[in-house]
Amino acid sequence: MKRYSMFAVAREAMRYHAGWERAWRSPEPKKRYKVIVVGAGGHGLATAYYLGKVHGITDVAVIEKGWLGGGNTGRNTTIIRSNYLQDASAAIFDKALQLYEGLSRDLNYNVMFSPRGLLMLAQSEHERRGYQRTVHANGLQGVSTQWITPERVKELVPILNIDGPRYPVLGALYQERGGTARHDAVAWGYARACSNMGMDIIQQTEVTGIRRQGDKVAGVTTTRGEIDCEQLAIVVAGHSSVLAEMAGFRLPIESVALQAWVSEPIKPAIDVVVMANLVHGYLSQSDKGELVIGGGTDGFNNYTQRGSWHHVEETTRALVETFPIISRLKMLRQWGGIVDMTGDRSPILSKTPVEGIFVNCGWGTGGFKSIPGSGFAMAELIACGYSPLAAEFNLNRFKEGRFIDESVAAGVAH
Amino acid sequence: MLTLTCPCCGITAEETEFAPGGEAHLKRFGPDSSDADFEGYLFARKNPKGVHFERWRHAYGCGKWFMAARCTATLEVFGTYAAQTTKPPADIVKKIKAKRPEWEPQA
Repeated sequence: MKRYSMFAVAREAMRYHAGWERAWRSPEPKKRYKVIVVGAGGHGLATAYYLGKVHGITDVAVIEKGWLGGGNTGRNTTIIRSNYLQDASAAIFDKALQLYEGLSRDLNYNVMFSPRGLLMLAQSEHERRGYQRTVHANGLQGVSTQWITPERVKELVPILNIDGPRYPVLGALYQERGGTARHDAVAWGYARACSNMGMDIIQQTEVTGIRRQGDKVAGVTTTRGEIDCEQLAIVVAGHSSVLAEMAGFRLPIESVALQAWVSEPIKPAIDVVVMANLVHGYLSQSDKGELVIGGGTDGFNNYTQRGSWHHVEETTRALVETFPIISRLKMLRQWGGIVDMTGDRSPILSKTPVEGIFVNCGWGTGGFKSIPGSGFAMAELIACGYSPLAAEFNLNRFKEGRFIDESVAAGVAH
Repeated sequence: MLTLTCPCCGITAEETEFAPGGEAHLKRFGPDSSDADFEGYLFARKNPKGVHFERWRHAYGCGKWFMAARCTATLEVFGTYAAQTTKPPADIVKKIKAKRPEWEPQA
């Protein structure tokens, strides 16, 4: 693999950019791998990457039914933050944020991580108290966040209407290190690095069955034949239940649609990420100038990657009251992704009833921000059998009643 | 937009008039059951990609609960039926079989 650098750009500029090579190979699948990762989204590719980089396991295939990063990795609002209430969540999300901070250098691929700061608005008394509690919890966890006044909010986001009357801003939870990154680049960067370590990324290949030998995994059946493996990681977000059924167990997961949409591009108007959880809307401005808006989930099971229209109207209507200048903007595109929701709104990184099969799912509405941390912990779990970051997130917590309850504490949206 | 017909009052309306209530026909396990049964009842869900039986409430109408048979991969509604049932009635199963011949009802 040729490294990307200023010199590479200069060299290619001299020869009509004819020398760039493909970022990753598309090989034929081998008969057997040590580890197979199902799902080439951010989480799956990050799992493979840290397996190779940290644990030296490079006999790995990442199998994807569509194209790389074409699921939720390419469908989110690219927000990155780690201001969670529970200790276990803060640990894994802050690990992810720390890895994001050095990711472009680490991967030799510009993921356009932009720590522009992130505000979670308190627009009700309940939220004000909740976020102040989160600030204190973050202080104890070593995650730097602060509580700021409405005046400071107005300084940071001049286009924000803090007066209400319907949704007055009472203050905000501010994480300066939070921000956004280029979502596709995260998947592409990891894929390039994995391919460079000799791993096989196999796209357009659907897993149609999981083969077992007694209580142990033997391999997978795909649309391109059977592939054997010693260990299997299921990292497929919204389709986790479908894969789990192939393997013969059930998960505490329901798949629902979550939507986002963007406005027409405008001049730079807002240089922080704003989340308004009371009205279930998030707003940030992309480098192209579009306002990226995320909404709430539907309440019913859905695999169609499109959500209900009324969410678009409800969220945009509420955001117009908070950001009056967006009232004349046209919305350009709308899309949906299938998110895997657990009962306590926390992820599952766990061994399963079948020996050799691991699941990484349940990230629900907050998967993108956690990609590096999730991959790091999952790789450790697969390679060593135990990961301190993943330990609390095992499947047994539902049997034992040890929930990591972020749904009440952080608002459903995250 | 999803359109449902409430079998209790007969009104056909858009999804905003209804409140979703999750998987239908869950078998309830109480205090004397095993941990695995109780966990299964509380948390484990079929979450199929395809035919799904689920509970809905006509929240902004008659207020009553009912069941719906729906395809989660296409959002097609096969039919709605009374909540006072422990498994999908024969006519609903027949309607589903007519459109999804490969589908088999599960216990």
